[in-house]
Amino acid sequence: MTTNLVPKNAKSTNLRTRLAAGILLLFTGLIIILLFGVNTKPGLNTTFGLTPLGDKNVIPIPDLVLPAQPAIYVLAIVAIFVGGWQLARGIKSTGLLAGVVAFCFVFAFLIWAARDNSMDLVGMMNTSVVRATPIALAALCGVISERAAVINIGLEGIMLMSAMTSVMIATLLHNLYAGLVAGMLTGMIIAGLHAILVIYFKVDQIISGVAVNIVGTGASSFISNRYMQIYTDQINNSGIFPNIPIPLLAKIPILGPVVFENNVIVYIMLMLVAVTFVVLFYTRWGLRTRAVGEHPKAADTLGVRVYMTRYVNVILGGLVAGIGGAYFTIGSVGRFDKMMTAGKGFIGLAAMIFGNWNPVGALGSSMIFGFADSLQVKMQILNIPVPTEFLQMAPYLVTIIVLAGLVGKVHTPAADGLPYEKQ
Amino acid sequence: MAPVLELRGITKSFPGVLANDSINLSVEKGKILALLGENGAGKTTLMNILYGLYKPDKGQIFINGEEVAIQNPSDAIARGIGMVHQHFMLIPVMTATENVMLGVEPIRYGIFLDKAKVAKRILEISTQYDLEVDPNAYISDLPVGAQQRVEIIKVLYRQADILILDEPTAVLTPQEVEGLFKVLRSLVANGKSVIFITHKLKEVLAIADTISVLRGGKVVGTLNTKDASQEKLATLMVGREVNLVVKKKPATPGGVVLSVKDLCVRDESENLIVDRASFEVHAGEVLGVAGVQGNGQTELVYALTGLAHVLSGEISIMGKPLHHSSPRNILERGVAHIPEDRQRHGLILPFPVHDNLVLCTYYQPPFTKGLDLQQKIIIETAEKLVDQFDVRTPNVFVPVSTLSGGNQQKVIVAREFSRPIKLLIASQPTRGLDVGSIEYIHSRIVEKRDEGTAVLLVSPELDEIIALSDRIAVMYKGQIVDIVPAERVNKAYLGLLMAGVKSKEALEMAPTTSMEEVDRVT
Repeated sequence: MTTNLVPKNAKSTNLRTRLAAGILLLFTGLIIILLFGVNTKPGLNTTFGLTPLGDKNVIPIPDLVLPAQPAIYVLAIVAIFVGGWQLARGIKSTGLLAGVVAFCFVFAFLIWAARDNSMDLVGMMNTSVVRATPIALAALCGVISERAAVINIGLEGIMLMSAMTSVMIATLLHNLYAGLVAGMLTGMIIAGLHAILVIYFKVDQIISGVAVNIVGTGASSFISNRYMQIYTDQINNSGIFPNIPIPLLAKIPILGPVVFENNVIVYIMLMLVAVTFVVLFYTRWGLRTRAVGEHPKAADTLGVRVYMTRYVNVILGGLVAGIGGAYFTIGSVGRFDKMMTAGKGFIGLAAMIFGNWNPVGALGSSMIFGFADSLQVKMQILNIPVPTEFLQMAPYLVTIIVLAGLVGKVHTPAADGLPYEKQ
Repeated sequence: MAPVLELRGITKSFPGVLANDSINLSVEKGKILALLGENGAGKTTLMNILYGLYKPDKGQIFINGEEVAIQNPSDAIARGIGMVHQHFMLIPVMTATENVMLGVEPIRYGIFLDKAKVAKRILEISTQYDLEVDPNAYISDLPVGAQQRVEIIKVLYRQADILILDEPTAVLTPQEVEGLFKVLRSLVANGKSVIFITHKLKEVLAIADTISVLRGGKVVGTLNTKDASQEKLATLMVGREVNLVVKKKPATPGGVVLSVKDLCVRDESENLIVDRASFEVHAGEVLGVAGVQGNGQTELVYALTGLAHVLSGEISIMGKPLHHSSPRNILERGVAHIPEDRQRHGLILPFPVHDNLVLCTYYQPPFTKGLDLQQKIIIETAEKLVDQFDVRTPNVFVPVSTLSGGNQQKVIVAREFSRPIKLLIASQPTRGLDVGSIEYIHSRIVEKRDEGTAVLLVSPELDEIIALSDRIAVMYKGQIVDIVPAERVNKAYLGLLMAGVKSKEALEMAPTTSMEEVDRVT
């Protein structure tokens, strides 16, 4: 006499996720209709500005004018159609589904928020890039360090200290580049300490990272309160890097004003992403770094210096995070305030994971967070009937949603977080 | 002519152990030296010294008659020594090419990796030595045999003249072993020298030119293969006469104890790892489950012992179904489990021996009275069991982690066999044990069978399965592909099934070969 243990077949879970995703899409479509479509009076237009006002560099193109209500309904129908397709046939790529949901919802939201009004779309995308910069730099630091299997959750502390030192040096020496270098050095020194703790002394990497965060926030807040807010003109007023339009490239419509009219830190970030990508996957150093992160013992038996590789990567990561820190002060406001990084280091770590430990992926996911951030700012300006506090939650909410649900099949470096014991 | 490699008086001690005691060895050009010894005899220590992973306390190493100092693996590689480790030193998420080039990467245009050049060289090596490998395949997609070929190519790419292979056959199917031997023969024919580390007697006799036997850190004998026999080697290796054949009477099967029907189990990454497995185990018989590791045996055992979630199918013990039973529930029905990974699932390492001996029963009388553990009774029982099962331990209060592997396994056997059981599930019960302990564990399992216990034995060691089982089931990709009576089976047929050949074709390929003939070949 026997009984059936679990009355379901092997395909059931797939079916269930498929149904769930399909229903979510249908639901999104309905929400778009009920929330945005019904609340938009017929006949209103939404104007999206594609050429920034007063921008002399770019070749001007006409604005995008959409009839608000029909456009919202079209987006709702797209979501519902894709949802129905998913229910009936199934779509392989979860990334595609998530993309469709997010795009329909966000775009419908924008049309609704800017109905009978105009919105500077290109400006908003530019803000996204700018806001994504420190996140991307933090994520890049994470990629460089974790590819060699050292977790660095002390990013937040590193960036705060770098932000502080860079504005101090820049103000003292009246030279922003000196400030930038000071930020890099600060990042390298703190990351170097972290490296010594976790590689030589084999302290748990999370604990060391937490310590770096606590010291970083504590020290920078103390120095800020005690000195920087008092002697502002002497040490806490540096001015900021100006925006430099890149000749020719800045003329390209949309792309020009979004990417090629930024300050030097944004350009450095973009270059670092490209350089890190090439180094990681096409050079000797990158191959060795990945080997050390995946299987340090194998690398060791082939004569790769595991500890050296890890030190160098963690410290280089610190340099990149230092640039990210400098962005907060000399790259955006020109002064230091305590806790001004506001969790961007941790969001950077989320972006690193969502980007699958790949520099380009990390940039892409940083853009999502940057977009959420710039959306929030824009909405406050547009005066939509949602409390500011909720809008400010946007980047953090996106972080939670992304990490909880949308992280697909990422591959963590196999030795990530583990100290290497030589025999 | 001086030997390619000579070790003189190598001594290495670790705190409390003399791992290598003035060892002398020599390898001739174009020959295969087998280094035979039990676990803990010092084979791996010696090879790690040779490969620069340890520094010897005393002794000299000569290569082609010239004394050398080997400080680290890079030195060893530079001297033409290459090592194929027991646990492959390959990075699963990288391609064969990337793995081969790591550490000695050729560069073009100043900074970029020249993968094409390496891939070309890999193909050259692979044709020269009959080592078939796709340079662009990811390691994680390759079967174990192919991974081993990548390891060998890795060593050859570094122009090694002396290849050390540490327990290379542990993870291979019989067919793959034959393939490996073919490669080794072509290597020595091309003037390379090979050191082959193993504890398997048959393999040594099949492939080696000379054999050095290690015991307790000393070389206890070096002989030519033609002068050696299994009995002679086993005696040298263990230090006393060993019973190589498990003596057992024909089984007298009784009623069905365990019945499994259409069992499906998923692994962590949601793949179907046990696929509609059906079989029965009767009282008083041993059903052996053969198969290359990773074909679902582990998960099958997990499902039977309540450690894994069952996706679908039916399991019943003594006619009563298991329905989401907890492991304790299953134990209480008279199931004993010798787990595959004794340190993770069989013992609580920091706990003393006496606590580990009552892990299944501590909550029952007489070990518990109310809320109170009866320490005195537990200790008395433990001391009795330690005597009875010959566990070598200073006393029952030491942490079980301080015991040797064989004695740890005896603690588990003592615990499981000391309570009334109807079904014994033994998963790789002799993994990593020395010949003496294997002999002991095997005889206890046969003893249990003769008492009328149903035994399910899972092991990737085909010899062990054949020696102990009354019926043999072969598992491949989660499916039980065939179940055959042990006396009618031949090793070639089982090997083909384990490699995924359909049973009909396997019968055609290995129809008449008797056990003895196949043994001589492998």
